[in-house]
Amino acid sequence: MTQTNFLKLVMPFKDKIYRLSKRLLVSNEEAEDATQEVLLKLWKNNTSIEKYNNVEAFSMTMTKNLCLDRLKSKQAQNLKIVHSNYQDHNVSLHKQIENNDSIRWVSKIMEGLPEQQKIIVQLRDIEEYDFEEIAKMLDMNETAVRVALSRARKTIREQLTNKHHYGIR
Amino acid sequence: MALDNIEQLLEKYDNAETTLAEEAQIRAYFAQNDIPPHLESYKLLFQYVSHSRQEKFTKAVTLPAKRKTIYQWVSVAAVVTLMAGAYYQVNQMNQKTSFDDLSHEELLAYNQTIEVFNLVSSKLNKGSGNLEAFKLVSSKLNEGAGNLNYLKDFQNTAKRIIKNN
Repeated sequence: MTQTNFLKLVMPFKDKIYRLSKRLLVSNEEAEDATQEVLLKLWKNNTSIEKYNNVEAFSMTMTKNLCLDRLKSKQAQNLKIVHSNYQDHNVSLHKQIENNDSIRWVSKIMEGLPEQQKIIVQLRDIEEYDFEEIAKMLDMNETAVRVALSRARKTIREQLTNKHHYGIR
Repeated sequence: MALDNIEQLLEKYDNAETTLAEEAQIRAYFAQNDIPPHLESYKLLFQYVSHSRQEKFTKAVTLPAKRKTIYQWVSVAAVVTLMAGAYYQVNQMNQKTSFDDLSHEELLAYNQTIEVFNLVSSKLNKGSGNLEAFKLVSSKLNEGAGNLNYLKDFQNTAKRIIKNN
């Protein structure tokens, strides 16, 4: 497989890889690193890549494993992942603050979820995979995925409702 | 969409029983502006979802070029040529088995070497001539040792005589 072919194959889901890494690793840099590494690994196996019937699902599984490994080694080294995600949008400042605020709430809540649930929420609500695919990617059965997802959704909303009320009152 | 309907859907959503199509409906509903206050928390969630979906991997993807395996084969080829060369050379050397095969210079060198060897061997012979003296000494020593046997005999007889007495 040539580089261009490979890139064409990978393009549609490289953002998904990035977003999943970011969900797990939180920091932009770490997520970029992880994405790059997943792509490199794919590229190294590019002779066997055509044999996988679903490269995208395979890559997502790989991303999940890689990120969990990283988290584990970071914990072992007693290092914290620092994330200073500076952003500069050209939206009006007021709007930006308002937007960021509510969005940051949600992302804070998401960060608090267990890893498993984070991954499932990411794959379902953001990347819109169906349950069968998610189950395959995570090597779980569908019911377990549903249960974890439901749990995650309820936690998120509960905390959001609480936060929201505190914000108002 | 009717409020009833959406509330039902949301309950299903919370239980993770909605299909992707239904989730799309929910998102479409929350994309509009007038949301009843008790559903406000859902709105935040879906805002966040659509926001984070826009995130992109912006870094350029850099792939290392495949390592060229040609160089490895070049080294293999080099070794093969060397070995072949050495084998050929050795073969050629072994082919010269009689004096007729040798060139004039080679013959000269051969003769000179033989001469040198002869010289060395003659010197060695001269040295070995001097070893005759040692041989003489050793034969005399053996003779002396032979005479010691008489002494032994004498001792034996002497002992026997002493016993008898």
